[in-house]
Amino acid sequence: MIEIQTQMSERAVELLGLPDDWPCFLLDVGCGSGLSGDYISEEGHHWVGMDISSAMLDVAVEREVEGDLLLADVGQGIPFRPGMFDGCVSISAVQWLCNADKKTHSPPKRLYRFFSTLYSALARGSRAVLQLYPENSDQLELITAQAMKAGFTGGVVVDYPNSAKAKKFFLCLFVGTAGALPKALGAAGTAAEESQQAKFTNERTRFRNAKGKSVKKSRDWVLEKKERRRRQGKDVRADTRYTGRRRRPRF
Amino acid sequence: MKLLTHNMLTSHVRGVRPGGGFPLRIQATEVKVSNVDFNQEFVARMIPKVEWGALVEAAESLGHLSDLPPQLPPEYENNEDFLKKVHHVLLEVEVMEGVLKCPDSGREFPITKGIPNMLLSEEET
Repeated sequence: MIEIQTQMSERAVELLGLPDDWPCFLLDVGCGSGLSGDYISEEGHHWVGMDISSAMLDVAVEREVEGDLLLADVGQGIPFRPGMFDGCVSISAVQWLCNADKKTHSPPKRLYRFFSTLYSALARGSRAVLQLYPENSDQLELITAQAMKAGFTGGVVVDYPNSAKAKKFFLCLFVGTAGALPKALGAAGTAAEESQQAKFTNERTRFRNAKGKSVKKSRDWVLEKKERRRRQGKDVRADTRYTGRRRRPRF
Repeated sequence: MKLLTHNMLTSHVRGVRPGGGFPLRIQATEVKVSNVDFNQEFVARMIPKVEWGALVEAAESLGHLSDLPPQLPPEYENNEDFLKKVHHVLLEVEVMEGVLKCPDSGREFPITKGIPNMLLSEEET
């Protein structure tokens, strides 16, 4: 868990594209216990962390992180003067803004307030890289739409899009620059190459199979039926290697 | 809370005049001085972003002015003594316990264990 956090912070800082020559001043949104901050300090940058959980911040204080900490709800806005930060990172935090914890909370409004105040707090030409776990594509769209509304440019970088486990979403936002979106890891342009030519196979598909149901009396059909009846709570014999086999003719 | 952070914090209570939420007044009950590695480049880069008047005022109210001049001197980039003083005030002086007060609305933000609590209630957002 900690390792994954550090890896994601590493990738997020890489996506920020900070200059190597001088130390920068970064904002960590949803810093939690300061794991991502540790990596930023290692890289020689200074940071300020914000989190809504005082318990997590207490852990950060105990761990003696180098950055300064702030107890605040980013959905209420980021309380900093304009143009202060050279970049913003956030690890697995922004999707929480999509939840309405109180009756008065409106996720689009809270997201817009977050992004508009973040936009002003960042220096021109800087970037914000927000790693997030969207629940579904609607959520991702909501977050991106609010970010664009606040004036950001950029988009979503998906690392390892073909892996269920290693797949990571990074929302890369630019302030006042039209930079090209960075390349995702693991995608390696294969998707683009494949789509250029159609796939051909010699295999003939029977119409009955194409419909999604198995051929009647086949082993797959038997297994499916047994599974269905099991789901219905019926008493079904266990699947063995004899399941769906034809009987001998002289049975 | 370091004074660098204080210099950037503004109050975001509803109804504050534009630019009226800065600087927050510090009423400190406990101040700690820690040791932070001196990085000349970083300090020199941060000075243009710092509101000098607010910094001097905040440092004075904590009793850690460390001979900072009321006006920013010209050509400070290579003046190492001066940058060291600024470094001390910006990054080494920390407010551990106390209150931040919004100059416009009078809203108070408590500081506990060095962490300012900027959470607002529903009516204030």
